[in-house]
Amino acid sequence: MNLTTLEQKLIAAARLYQPGDQVPYAFERRIMARLAETRPLDGWALWGQALGRSAVSCMAVTLLCGAALWYVEWQDRHHTDFSQQFETAVYLAAGQADESW
Amino acid sequence: MESTDAELIAAVLEGDTASFEPLVKKYLPRLFSTARRYARRDSEVEDIVQEIWSKAFQKLRTFRGDAPFEHWLMRLALHTCYDFLREHQRNRETTFTELTDAEGDWLDHFAASPDDASESAAAARQLVQRLLSMLSPEARMVITLLEIEEKSVKEIAKLTGWSVPLVKVRAFRARAEMRKCLARVARDKYV
Repeated sequence: MNLTTLEQKLIAAARLYQPGDQVPYAFERRIMARLAETRPLDGWALWGQALGRSAVSCMAVTLLCGAALWYVEWQDRHHTDFSQQFETAVYLAAGQADESW
Repeated sequence: MESTDAELIAAVLEGDTASFEPLVKKYLPRLFSTARRYARRDSEVEDIVQEIWSKAFQKLRTFRGDAPFEHWLMRLALHTCYDFLREHQRNRETTFTELTDAEGDWLDHFAASPDDASESAAAARQLVQRLLSMLSPEARMVITLLEIEEKSVKEIAKLTGWSVPLVKVRAFRARAEMRKCLARVARDKYV
């Protein structure tokens, strides 16, 4: 079977076929009824929506940063500094050794 | 005296929604004809057309008026049809094994005598519809616009918003995809 010829025949068949342009009865009234529930797009309303969404995102980021900062400070306050303790222990031991002399 | 499209649009944008109805009535046949190229069921066609008008109403303020309203509307219509094809990708027919008797007979006739197989036969139309439903949304859109409606690459680029090189690439891939589907027809029917 010659596929090129088959393709050409089928495309020619598709070109001959014109889809109908019949409109269902009173379809425009259905469209208008549906549109009555919506309004044309308002540019300012779009801007407002976008700004509102970005404000919410900014708030979320701010809260996260605040929580992270609070956590770091809390860690600093309660965190055991091993280097400090080690230094203290060494000097204490050295001080005790001095005293024993 | 009938109002022009520009006058009706201006009235709608000032809040007179009723002025939209003459526009709807005027372009409904063309939109139905376009939607019927991409959907088979009446319910789907009606949904597509309703969606087109809904979007047209919502986006009316973006219509600049530098080209006829019909061009703007047809671009919107094609985008809506493309979205429909993408949403229904999973329903694409993936096999040719269930040909009707008429389609099978037409193919047999073609195999025996290619020149005598009639392009105006209903079976040929059914076959091409089946073939188109097997293609990806991009391929189907390009084949429909380029091969069937015989639009130029430039016109397709304007209608779809794709660049000219992209249309050419998609056309090349679409033709290859169609040939693959046809090869599957021959394989499934005669092997």
